[in-house]
Amino acid sequence: MEHYHMNLTLKVWKQKNNNDKGRFETYQVKNISSEMSFLEMFDVLNEQLIAEGKEPVAFDHDCREGICGMCSMHINGRAHGPWHETTTCQLHMRQYKDGDTIVVEPWRANAFPVIKDLVVDRTSFDRIIQAGGYVSVNTGNAVDANALPIEKQKADEAFAAAACIGCGACAAACPNASAMLFVSAKVSHLALLPQGDPERKIRATNMVLQMDKEGFGSCTNIGACEAECPKGISIENIARLNREYLGAAFSGSSNE
Amino acid sequence: MPLNSKIPAGELAEKWEKYKSTCKLVNPANKRQLEILVIGTGLAGASAAAALGELGYKVKTFCFQDSPRRAHSIAAQGGINAAKNYQNDGDSTYRLFYDTVKGGDYRAREGNVHRLAEVSANIIDQCVAQGVPFAREYGGLLSNRSFGGTQVQRTFYAAGQTGQQLLIGAYQALERQVALGNVTQYSRHEMLELVIVDGKARGIIARNLVTGELERFFGHAVLLCTGGYGNVFYLSTNAMGSNVTAAWKAHKKGAFFGNPCFTQIHPTCIPVSGDHQSKLTLMSESLRNDGRIWVPKKQNDTRKPGDIPEEERDYYLERRYPAFGNLVPRDVASRAAKERCDAGYGVGASKMAVYLDYAAAIERYGKIEVGKQGIANASKETIIQLGKDVVKEKYGNLFDMYAKITGENPYEVPMRIYPAVHYTMGGIWVDYELMTTVPGLYALGEANFSDHGANRLGASALMQGLADGYFVIPYTLGNYLADDIRTKAIPTDHPAFVAAEKEVNDRINKLMSIKGKESVESFHKRLGKIMWDKCGMARNEAGLKQAITEIQQLRKEFWSNVFIPGDINEFNPELDKAGRVADFLELGELMCLDALNRNESCGGHFREEYQTEEGEALRQDDKYMYVAAWEYKGDSQFELHKEDLIYDVVHPSARSYK
Repeated sequence: MEHYHMNLTLKVWKQKNNNDKGRFETYQVKNISSEMSFLEMFDVLNEQLIAEGKEPVAFDHDCREGICGMCSMHINGRAHGPWHETTTCQLHMRQYKDGDTIVVEPWRANAFPVIKDLVVDRTSFDRIIQAGGYVSVNTGNAVDANALPIEKQKADEAFAAAACIGCGACAAACPNASAMLFVSAKVSHLALLPQGDPERKIRATNMVLQMDKEGFGSCTNIGACEAECPKGISIENIARLNREYLGAAFSGSSNE
Repeated sequence: MPLNSKIPAGELAEKWEKYKSTCKLVNPANKRQLEILVIGTGLAGASAAAALGELGYKVKTFCFQDSPRRAHSIAAQGGINAAKNYQNDGDSTYRLFYDTVKGGDYRAREGNVHRLAEVSANIIDQCVAQGVPFAREYGGLLSNRSFGGTQVQRTFYAAGQTGQQLLIGAYQALERQVALGNVTQYSRHEMLELVIVDGKARGIIARNLVTGELERFFGHAVLLCTGGYGNVFYLSTNAMGSNVTAAWKAHKKGAFFGNPCFTQIHPTCIPVSGDHQSKLTLMSESLRNDGRIWVPKKQNDTRKPGDIPEEERDYYLERRYPAFGNLVPRDVASRAAKERCDAGYGVGASKMAVYLDYAAAIERYGKIEVGKQGIANASKETIIQLGKDVVKEKYGNLFDMYAKITGENPYEVPMRIYPAVHYTMGGIWVDYELMTTVPGLYALGEANFSDHGANRLGASALMQGLADGYFVIPYTLGNYLADDIRTKAIPTDHPAFVAAEKEVNDRINKLMSIKGKESVESFHKRLGKIMWDKCGMARNEAGLKQAITEIQQLRKEFWSNVFIPGDINEFNPELDKAGRVADFLELGELMCLDALNRNESCGGHFREEYQTEEGEALRQDDKYMYVAAWEYKGDSQFELHKEDLIYDVVHPSARSYK
């Protein structure tokens, strides 16, 4: 593949803290290699700002290999940018050409308040998991791992749902800022496995309840979540969550 | 101070059972009064915090990321070992123990490693019970694959995302304890000092990374589960935030550092593409199950890989190590790649890469599929297509990642790979109970030095992290805390807390007041280059001595010319990074000192002066069969303590994979 260099205009959201109103700042970056990742391009920008004695742009990132779920940029109107099933850190600059303008914003959702610039607070996701996203099994209680065979297809489906990295792109992409894809991925992962079966009703009920409490919007089947999910979590999980939730409602399961 | 590893007496296979049956216990009412601080929430930290919460202790967890689920264990790809012998291929607890001791080039403790092998099977049971979706066969039972340094199939996996699935399992168990009120979690918090009261670890000073405020936390015990220090090399497969800071603070407060020079260079990573590179990405060792590694037989061969005929390719691992072939351990595979590239046989633009080729595997799987599906006279295209489908199912996410990073299609052209820093076997010295040389301070998982000797086998890091957290610390911590049930919580206005906080405050103020000209990132890169060139895959006396001088000089420059933008009392990632790089600048020197002290080659530590005629590592068992545990004595001053390694069961011999 041909390597090349480019100059770019960046319009980046700057916000000092949660009380600040925030605004876009415009920056120029030069000589960006097509081999760089999108975040490496931001490294260049920040080194440039530091060299000028200015404050760099704060952004979340950690593993830079698409699995930790920490990176979270809304790029030209799309969560994690234009590449299909790709996190921001794995988006590479060969997507862009010389002279392009790129607009970068934080995740926008009431339940993800901005901490600074492009960094948001996603502890609401932790609290949703705390509401029931687990199997209640203490350490040391387990039977032999092969005591209970699980149909391969079921195991594969559970794995596909469990691939969620909790980045929040689904809620950021959704016009209602709904977290249904995130919640449904966890409910599906555990409902598909016999180990998760005993708590399936109470889990669905309580996780949905917590999601509402956190201020996420409701699902109106738009499908933007699935389209932007970097791990390809299927919207079928939402249908499964709805079945689980209704099933639980009819049998009256909840912690309340 | 003589080092006491506290290995229980008795037969190797009975030590742990005996320990568990005779260690002291804490009754449930007392557990509720005992507070434990867990630093880091990767596999070791999350599993420890969950297990201790389940027992009823009052636990607090700390992580610098925005959620415990982000810890870098999440990025482990290939799998987790366990001596289940589900494949009926001759595996056993003893064989896993033996492979690990041999893989570590006889520089690990027998007692610890045997315990690790014993609890390995429980880990798989526990994870399955939590709902970890391991790969399964059509019959519904768990699937296994092979990893380097073994001749059995004992690796359990979840596609190329095993670490993620195990960490999410541990994270969910942890969140359940949070919901039950047994654990309080502090995210975006970084431990910056250890608090010692009357000679015992009794708390920490942490910085709230959102507000910049320093906070004091008391604990009857402190558990360091903070991972490895590979980022001292700047470029590594570690996450950007992975750091040594918490461990280094503990080291400076009296915790000895064990075998700091033992670094694992992983053979199969995506090569460096330019100066902009911020990190390196691993391609799982599982790819060596099916991929074949080769370079051209001709030096400086510029032909495309597809244009190089079979007879002009050098499958150098298969040639040099016929018994293990492409599945030799990591240290061996890495050195072999370096040897070929240094000799002028490297490929790609940089010439610092070798091929990892799937063409043969695709064809082999394709033929099997054709047979299974009963397709008569299948065309070459059909075979290749079916073969690609099989490879996609097994390794699809890894191939996708390679394609995104390099822009090349690995189903069509061989991948280019080169070794990169991946893991650190060295770490905080611990005894059999995982306690450091500071009473009440423990180190678990990659943060400690204990189980992998001079080289870790693939799929053993996940095993060790979860073994320490789920199955070891719940027993050994109780044995210590049983004598501490009368200790009331120490108020955090105690002078020791005040003094520790002042130390942290002074250091942060000093960093901010330098207002120099060079960025933190730039210093980190310069340190990384010194470390990689002189304390990397090959080391020698002159280079290490030079490295020590260079690091001391760089450290001086850092403390007089670093520039940190922003303020102290705000979200300031540059300040966070500055503190970490300052600690790496001290650790790097100790690593070089340790490498210089160890006049032998073993595992990942390769001193050029000590090699066989065939270029294999040459140990000096008579002189260096010990753990080098370093005590901090002030700036650039470290005192060496030796813990002799005693092999009662295994007889150390020259490690051969031929």
